[in-house]
Amino acid sequence: MPKITYVSADGDLHVVDVPIGTSVMRGAVGTGIDGIVAECGGNAMCATCHVYVPAEHAASLPEMTAVEDEMLECTVAERRATSRLSCQLRITEGLDGLVVRLPEAQE
Amino acid sequence: MHTTTVPVSQIDPFDETVLADPYPAHRELRDLGAVVWLERYRVWGMARHEQVEAALNDPQTFCSARGVGLSDFHKEKPWRPPSLLLEADPPDHTRARHTITQVLSPVAVRGLREAFTAEASALFDRLAGRTAIDGVRDIAEAFPLTVFPDVVGLPPDGREHLLPYGGLVFNGFGPRNRLFLDALARAEHARDWIAAHCRRENLADGGLGAQIHRTAAAEGYTAADAALLVRSFLSAGVDTTVHGIGNALLCLAENPDQFRVLRADPTQARKAFEETIRYESPVQTFFRTTTRDVDVAGATIPAGEKVLLFLAAANRDPRRWEAADTYDITRKASGHVGFGFGVHACVGQMLARLEGEIVLTELARRAEAIELAGPPKRQLSNTLRGLDSLPLSVAWV
Repeated sequence: MPKITYVSADGDLHVVDVPIGTSVMRGAVGTGIDGIVAECGGNAMCATCHVYVPAEHAASLPEMTAVEDEMLECTVAERRATSRLSCQLRITEGLDGLVVRLPEAQE
Repeated sequence: MHTTTVPVSQIDPFDETVLADPYPAHRELRDLGAVVWLERYRVWGMARHEQVEAALNDPQTFCSARGVGLSDFHKEKPWRPPSLLLEADPPDHTRARHTITQVLSPVAVRGLREAFTAEASALFDRLAGRTAIDGVRDIAEAFPLTVFPDVVGLPPDGREHLLPYGGLVFNGFGPRNRLFLDALARAEHARDWIAAHCRRENLADGGLGAQIHRTAAAEGYTAADAALLVRSFLSAGVDTTVHGIGNALLCLAENPDQFRVLRADPTQARKAFEETIRYESPVQTFFRTTTRDVDVAGATIPAGEKVLLFLAAANRDPRRWEAADTYDITRKASGHVGFGFGVHACVGQMLARLEGEIVLTELARRAEAIELAGPPKRQLSNTLRGLDSLPLSVAWV
């Protein structure tokens, strides 16, 4: 299973094996990582699963849809060039080793 | 024809005794198999979380344009012009959805918090001092029936048509049974009023209704189609929220330990509302229609068949939830399908959450305890689960 590393705003590291076909969001919610809320359950509707993906990992990510782009305008923490919604990051073999940083606030 | 390996059930999900207490039937359907054949209506059914979520997440295979009720729009004329949102598929649906999401974005909804809080505060001021209340009329209906029409920009007169119209829409997804015919009779005058109040000239400047007309025009929709988009608001935005709040009050009255958790920390109100949507889902079921032969857990559903998705059963599936039949406001309820899932997930869900959170926050701040003062009266619907009345005795702070 691909390993995803979640780095909290305080710098804590959580490494999680996340099943292929699920999402970076599910990997966090399923293991009780606090920094991802995902209120809407993965529908790109609430902007509470916001993550920052370091630039060196950007190439492995799926392309951003217009819906995700629009929703990223609604995050509570600052939107940056590296911002993504983790519910839209579908897990593939290619994401093994991905590191995502969690913002200070989601809601 | 269906394959012989698929279990057959005689359960009638729209029978009034089943609607009054659907959970035993839901359990039976979940345990029968991942897919069942519902002989009564000759449709397929899915009641487990995994399959319900997967079907909702595959709109190419499980389509909505042939109606999300029992009636197949390819075979029967719909009772009203189809919704551009609910009863549509991508790419048409994508465009309609984009028009609405601009108006209902999390940022836009956050902007309503202050006004909604003031309204809830005024509502509870009026209730203070009355120990006996009807949780449905005095809170669950009173709050959404004020804030929602205000926000949409409806005039003060005629708002009494909103609930009968919603009642008709949601009964309309079931068979043409007594519940539907009664709802049709009750909504006789509501239909014209709703149609008129979807038009721009009857919607206040600055309200969400007027905003939809503006964004719809920018997307190239005609005024008539923009009015249909407003109709989605008026159809889906009231009864659902009323039942969500009413069901929350019932759950909290029946589970005093959970009310104490909320009372001790009113910031749990949003979670309490979320858990209510999971545990007593206001929208119990929706249909889809297959666009191709599709394999589901080893069974083949042929193309062109109606499939009934039991959202509420999925939300209590023990394969997905620990202590699924327990109301626990502290649980992580995210992942329930009470607002649907995928491209058709409730577009007003952030607005609904805000309304639920604010009412329950105010209640938790002001009430020491709430308890049932008599038997709650169910309101039966082919699709919705909610109450007609909820006698409560409240110990105000």
